[in-house]
Amino acid sequence: MAPVIDISDLSIVLGGNTILQDFTLKVEKGEFVAVVGASGVGKSTLLRIIAGLIPAAKGRAEVKTEPAADRRPYAMVFQDARLLPWRRVLRNVEFGAEGLKIGRTERRERAEQALTLVGLGEHAGRYPHQLSGGQRQRVAIARALAVAPEILLMDEPFGALDAITRAGLQDELVRLWRETGKTIIFVTHDIDEAVYLADRVVLLGGKPGRIQSEHRVQTPRPRPRDHVEAQSLASDIRDNLLNAVSDGGGI
Amino acid sequence: MSGQSGTAGGLANRPVLLAIIGLLGFIGIWEGVTRLGLMSPIFLPPPSSLPQAFWREVTSGIWLDRIGQSLDHYLMGLVLGSVLGIGLGIVTGMSRTVEGLTAWVIRVLRPIPGLAWVPFAILWFQISPAAATFIVGVGVFWINYYATLAAVQGVESDLIELAESFGYRSRLVKLVKVVLPASTPGILAGVRTGLGQAWMSVVAAELFGVAGLGQRMNEAATLLASDIVVVYMLTMALLYGLVDALFVLLRNWLLRWRP
Repeated sequence: MAPVIDISDLSIVLGGNTILQDFTLKVEKGEFVAVVGASGVGKSTLLRIIAGLIPAAKGRAEVKTEPAADRRPYAMVFQDARLLPWRRVLRNVEFGAEGLKIGRTERRERAEQALTLVGLGEHAGRYPHQLSGGQRQRVAIARALAVAPEILLMDEPFGALDAITRAGLQDELVRLWRETGKTIIFVTHDIDEAVYLADRVVLLGGKPGRIQSEHRVQTPRPRPRDHVEAQSLASDIRDNLLNAVSDGGGI
Repeated sequence: MSGQSGTAGGLANRPVLLAIIGLLGFIGIWEGVTRLGLMSPIFLPPPSSLPQAFWREVTSGIWLDRIGQSLDHYLMGLVLGSVLGIGLGIVTGMSRTVEGLTAWVIRVLRPIPGLAWVPFAILWFQISPAAATFIVGVGVFWINYYATLAAVQGVESDLIELAESFGYRSRLVKLVKVVLPASTPGILAGVRTGLGQAWMSVVAAELFGVAGLGQRMNEAATLLASDIVVVYMLTMALLYGLVDALFVLLRNWLLRWRP
């Protein structure tokens, strides 16, 4: 099967610094890939390249989805929810979908569906400041889902949440992913989170960033949180990360 | 503390009562100063003389006329100055090119006080409502321009990036969907400052002869009718208070999404 994201020989230069060099990554349709690595190694940059927010200096990053006017190939979820404070929750969910060639009714229906999917159906009329941090992040996820993307690009989406909220949202994300079959690229600095969620964990390291190691997570789903194999895999990745940091000279 | 000064604490917690006491005290002292002959009523008209002066102005029809004329200058100047100021502020805030082009023009024009435009106002518009509108508009323009520019430039780049991540690449779409609503609080703060500034300009602009409150005050002052001057001072204070209160209602409705 052809990959849905095809990055090859990609180099990114931002402000004179080479962030990523000769970077190659292929992601299959429906795959859940986690990208981990130290701060500043180019994890977020990688997502922004895929989203077309910053240009590549060399190489290519292709998103191979069927073009359609009623959906977007990908949607992003950021660490901070980035809700628009002047829009009520439902209108926030509609934000991305307003750029699609769909009618008002369908847009509203999609937004309501997405909101129900993240369990916030009854909060549609609230303003963002009336929500908790976890609820805001769910709205951000619903907003991404409302554009019916093939790919979800998630940039440390649960990084700012407390441990309990985070665990809850992780489980919901896995459920969503299994229900919708979307491809997910999930950037995190939390290796346990990566191993718990993903099919494949990609460790970035070095300066400029490159793939340090790749790991398949074999743990069958639904996954227990204290799976022994997963824990030993996480500790392997952690060792690799530490090596990468000491080689690359700093965090 | 509260146990010790129970009475004072009780009074301190009753702001309305305190305000009334303060106001009555102020009027009392004012009245006393003239009653005791400390100041001539020509230099300081006692408050008790004001209702009569007010009634004379109202019944002669002058009061309503002057208010109407001044409101005309005020509103026209306010609308023109605000619309142009906000408009240029948005364009400058969104375009590096426009910001660069206008940087030095603005640096040169900015420090010129609104009243320094009076000679040109008279040259261009003679002694006419248009001249007063122009003077008012100039002052309001700068306030709104700077408030809008700061608000637009202060919009979080994260929100712009969010819009771009959903494929909103054109400036117009970003303006409508993100920049304008995000900068509305700052823009409205500028408009509100303009509401106050414009009243000052109205009086100043009318002092050189365009019919209105300021012109009537000037006229009364030359006739030593200081009670009439005070009547118009209070009229202005009241009108400003009213306009500001209405604006705050509108603002609170527009910004009802704020916590």
